[in-house]
Amino acid sequence: MDLSLSEEQVALQQMVRDFVDKDIAPYATAWDRAESVDLAIIPKLGDLGLLGLTIPEEHGGSGGDTLAYCLALEELGRGDSSVRGIVSVSLGLVTKSIVGYGTPQQIERWVPGLCAGEMVGSFALTESGSGSDPASLRIRATRDGEGWRVSGTKMFITNGTWASVVLLFARTGGEGSRGITAFLVPTDVEGLTRSTIHGKLGLRAQATAELVFDNVYLPDEWRLGEEGRGLSIAMAALAKGRMSVAAGCVGLARGALEHALTYAGQREQFGKPIAGHQLVQELLADMAVEVDAARLLTWRVADLIDRHLPFATESSMAKLFASEVAVKASGAALQVFGGYGFIDEYPVGKLTRDARVMTLYEGTSQIQKLVIGRALTGINAFG
Amino acid sequence: MRLGMNIVVLVKQVPDTWAERSLKSSDNTLDRESVDAVINEVDEQAIEAGLRLIEAHGGEVTVLSMGPDRASESIRKALSMGATKGFLISDAALHGACVMQTATVIAKALSTMEWDIVLTGGESTDARLAVLPALLAEATGAAQLTQARKVTVEGSTVSVERVNEAGYSVIQASTPAIISVLEGTNEARYPSFKGIMAAKKKPLQTVNLGDLGIAADEVGLAHATTAVTSFENRPPRQAGAAVKDEGDGGVKIADYLASRKLL
Repeated sequence: MDLSLSEEQVALQQMVRDFVDKDIAPYATAWDRAESVDLAIIPKLGDLGLLGLTIPEEHGGSGGDTLAYCLALEELGRGDSSVRGIVSVSLGLVTKSIVGYGTPQQIERWVPGLCAGEMVGSFALTESGSGSDPASLRIRATRDGEGWRVSGTKMFITNGTWASVVLLFARTGGEGSRGITAFLVPTDVEGLTRSTIHGKLGLRAQATAELVFDNVYLPDEWRLGEEGRGLSIAMAALAKGRMSVAAGCVGLARGALEHALTYAGQREQFGKPIAGHQLVQELLADMAVEVDAARLLTWRVADLIDRHLPFATESSMAKLFASEVAVKASGAALQVFGGYGFIDEYPVGKLTRDARVMTLYEGTSQIQKLVIGRALTGINAFG
Repeated sequence: MRLGMNIVVLVKQVPDTWAERSLKSSDNTLDRESVDAVINEVDEQAIEAGLRLIEAHGGEVTVLSMGPDRASESIRKALSMGATKGFLISDAALHGACVMQTATVIAKALSTMEWDIVLTGGESTDARLAVLPALLAEATGAAQLTQARKVTVEGSTVSVERVNEAGYSVIQASTPAIISVLEGTNEARYPSFKGIMAAKKKPLQTVNLGDLGIAADEVGLAHATTAVTSFENRPPRQAGAAVKDEGDGGVKIADYLASRKLL
């Protein structure tokens, strides 16, 4: 088994690392305070090819394999999870779904612009009443001539107010998972109101929105995939999405470790750098082991995907472990920083806040355990 | 000038400027193994300047480096930024080469190519001599336009803004010309992922001294015109002086800065 990276993967990793160090990390605190990244970062992500990774070049993508995608997300996650999330959602959930299920017209309309960072996409599955149980979603699209009319509200939608296109999941049939259909809705459509949700604990620099659809007309050519197959499109996207969150968490936790190491080497107490105190070393050692373990779980998923093998359970394992590591490692880093970690002039407080959502979104830790438990036992313990 | 220019950008691979750097006690030459190697930072701006010129006027950028085999990494990065092809001069006999030898070898390599402009960074962060461009101009007979912060080309005329103590002078010359650029000339682009993938397929030619017709026993540490006779590591950083603010902190800081001739 060879875990070494190719020359191109190393070059990609280095490029994103440089980009993060120069164009993201120095601004992350200011963006966090302002509750928005500088939107100019999005076309830059596009220019570097980071919004087109794994997408074929004939669709405007930049190619590359799934491991390359994970490497880029780890580096972005090290810099700012808000930026990493833009890529995970716009590319990972939306662009990939369009390439996977779209008509040639839909691909041509959206994919080149999404890959270039001229626009971003958002993934509208969650509602106020349905999170872990998406099959119970209520927003309804009803037939209207050749098209559809949709009314209802989507909640906690990443990129929601920035997006040019929403991948909307709406009920078009009866109850349950087979009654849901996916649509690609341009956000300038009449009847769609988007509002930013303020007051988040973390990922404050990312736009999280409520989307209200008021009798919005959807021509049938906006439908993505077959009628009634929407939830399987969503689930396929989320299975890979869990790997992308895991990769971001590895980066976040590695960032926490790097900050803690630097600080522990500089800060002196009892006449020596605190890095020389055994209990501090314990914190650092645990972080290092867990970061590497999380990365290996994540790379395994990438390897399975690139070899076209089943990966859903492994993806849940990686997401579960890496997100818990992100929470733990950022907390440990804050502990190393002591009181200074409590002030946002230092980066680790933000990491603890950003990490916290990782065990909640794209499947809570509990949901991941149910997925893994179902695979182990053959018994579905959902519901 | 014919359509399109042939530009050669000289790139040096140096130990990471931000890392702790040292010399080897065995022969007082640079320890290249113990730290990461990167493209000399201002050379990236020379690459950027070259790429912008061919984007405006057409042509090719060849990246030329002299160094150990791993200097090919730096050339590959320049190719991933958009340069057309690479040229590496690598020979164990060049270990410890002085700047005079470097100029001779690079001039010889340049004589095997067609070029209109040679661009390079003003100085390297490891040697800090800043004389190579002038030596190359002398050796090749090309015009010497150094310390530039802006480079423009019209026809076969090259103009640069040469930074001086008072501001800058505009200097013009006909090609061929050797130009060195200063920090701040531009902001070097990142390689894109597509660029990284494309670089893999771009030509990179590696030559040794024999290929250039240079005798190995004319160069290297033993024949260098300069020598490092001894060195000492930098002393550890001293603790700073603490200034207690008793209502006169501003005055004390001003006095301190004045004592260091910073005010």
